[in-house]
Amino acid sequence: MATEAKAHELIVSVSPHVRGNETVSRIMWTVNLSLLPAFLMSVYYFGPLAAFVTGLCILSAVLSEHIYQTSLKKKSTIGDGSAFLTGLLLGLNLPPSVPFYIPIIGSVIAIVITKLLFGGLGYNVFNPALIGRAFLLISFPKLMTIWSEPTAQFVAMDAKTTATPLGILKEEGLAKLIEIFGDKTDLYISLLMGNRAGSLGETSVIALLIGAALLLYRGYITWHIPVSFIATVGVMAWAFGGQGGLFTGDPLIHLLSGGLILGAFFMATDYVTCPSIRKGQIIFGIGCGAITMMIRLKGGFPEGVMFAILLMNCFAPLIDRGVKSNMFGAVKVKKEQKK
Amino acid sequence: MSLKKKSNIELIKNGMFGENTIFRMAISLCPSIAVTNGMKNGVALGISVVFVQTMVNMTISLMRKFIHPKIRIPIFMLVIAGYVTIIDLLMATYARPIYKEIGLYIQIIVAFASIFARAEVYASKNKVFSSACDGFGMGVGFLLAMIVISFFRELLGKGTLFGYPIVSGSPLLIMILPAGGFLAVGLLMGFFNWIDMRFFGGKGASGV
Repeated sequence: MATEAKAHELIVSVSPHVRGNETVSRIMWTVNLSLLPAFLMSVYYFGPLAAFVTGLCILSAVLSEHIYQTSLKKKSTIGDGSAFLTGLLLGLNLPPSVPFYIPIIGSVIAIVITKLLFGGLGYNVFNPALIGRAFLLISFPKLMTIWSEPTAQFVAMDAKTTATPLGILKEEGLAKLIEIFGDKTDLYISLLMGNRAGSLGETSVIALLIGAALLLYRGYITWHIPVSFIATVGVMAWAFGGQGGLFTGDPLIHLLSGGLILGAFFMATDYVTCPSIRKGQIIFGIGCGAITMMIRLKGGFPEGVMFAILLMNCFAPLIDRGVKSNMFGAVKVKKEQKK
Repeated sequence: MSLKKKSNIELIKNGMFGENTIFRMAISLCPSIAVTNGMKNGVALGISVVFVQTMVNMTISLMRKFIHPKIRIPIFMLVIAGYVTIIDLLMATYARPIYKEIGLYIQIIVAFASIFARAEVYASKNKVFSSACDGFGMGVGFLLAMIVISFFRELLGKGTLFGYPIVSGSPLLIMILPAGGFLAVGLLMGFFNWIDMRFFGGKGASGV
């Protein structure tokens, strides 16, 4: 529309002709903003180290995108906030006490290999932040599973290490988990507030829900993926998670712990790597939930949200093709019945 | 394939660079990912392939006038299997520790696409010596590819080369797992394509 047309000239352009004022960078910066509460809670519980890890992730993600694009003489796209978002999400997915080179390696893998080598924003098959984290978890299995205990004191340099609630649940069972946190209500409240060991941004469910509410309110994400994802996890935890047979599990613990809320609202809903048709998004969410619970209950890792989303990312194009609705006005040709 | 007659040196060069099995033709990728987690294994498999490829090409070329076109595939298979058995038994006897690790992949040389392809495309139509050169070039190309891939994978994944420690610090464990193999092969393939396009005016793998 930028070309100035003279009165007698006819403008020919492809649709859409009417545009809203939403742009990619506006959406990306809003998502960044919506993660702010979770980031603040992580700084509150894990101290300045949390800000350092997250900041390093963001910095190296933005820098690697800028260096890659300028060295190839392309236009640098760091202003649109997507590299910032990838760095932020990766940072919120790391344990608090990682050495400094881990955020840098993870960000470079996430930005350069997962996003830019596939063609940049909009062409990546997988969620960049999650690939970065998966790469780190497989490369440094020891360093990536040292979880510090939250202290809620701003200057606690000697944080104790402990296991995540899901780790305890897997190794020692529910009774032990409840014993550690006091009683069942205390456990739920700790999980809800984020007063537990875990990745930086995943612990505080309340802060994440505030951010998610902003995104839902602005219409940047729809309920389809998060709700189907979380509901599947809840149902499967209730059905198969208990010790005493079917339908005796405790779904709330599975819903509140691990990276479920962060994954369901902020990472599974990534526009590029999820199906774009509503029906497909529900299938996508159910698949994510089912794989998550399979890994949590039967797999080798205590937490499965990351691998579940990555696996379903592979299927996103297939799902989109499978649920494609009929074109308006198309007539369904009836097959002749064989008799 | 090539209508123009190539000299023997050109044939060897072609196998090493122009039609490099892994980086240009993108065939025989299975062993290149499975075996290259250490340089020792990669080099051992590469040398075996050089031997098998050269000998198979020579033998097929010698027999090319007696092979009926309709049953050429089983005959190629038998010849390849014969040489693979030789190298298999030799390694089992004289290189026991390596054989224990990569024995399966030595036997799988029978099914290598690259060996089969050269027998079909070149050796069954050309004279003995040039066929041998072609096979040797192809084999060396495979060996070079294995050396490059396993160099990076072992250095990054274990911090060692041929089992000797080179760098200290925590290695990138993923590089010696299959996922790292795919990563290394893909990035190196892109790198060599880039070199070809940048310095030799090639069109990259898609233009071959």
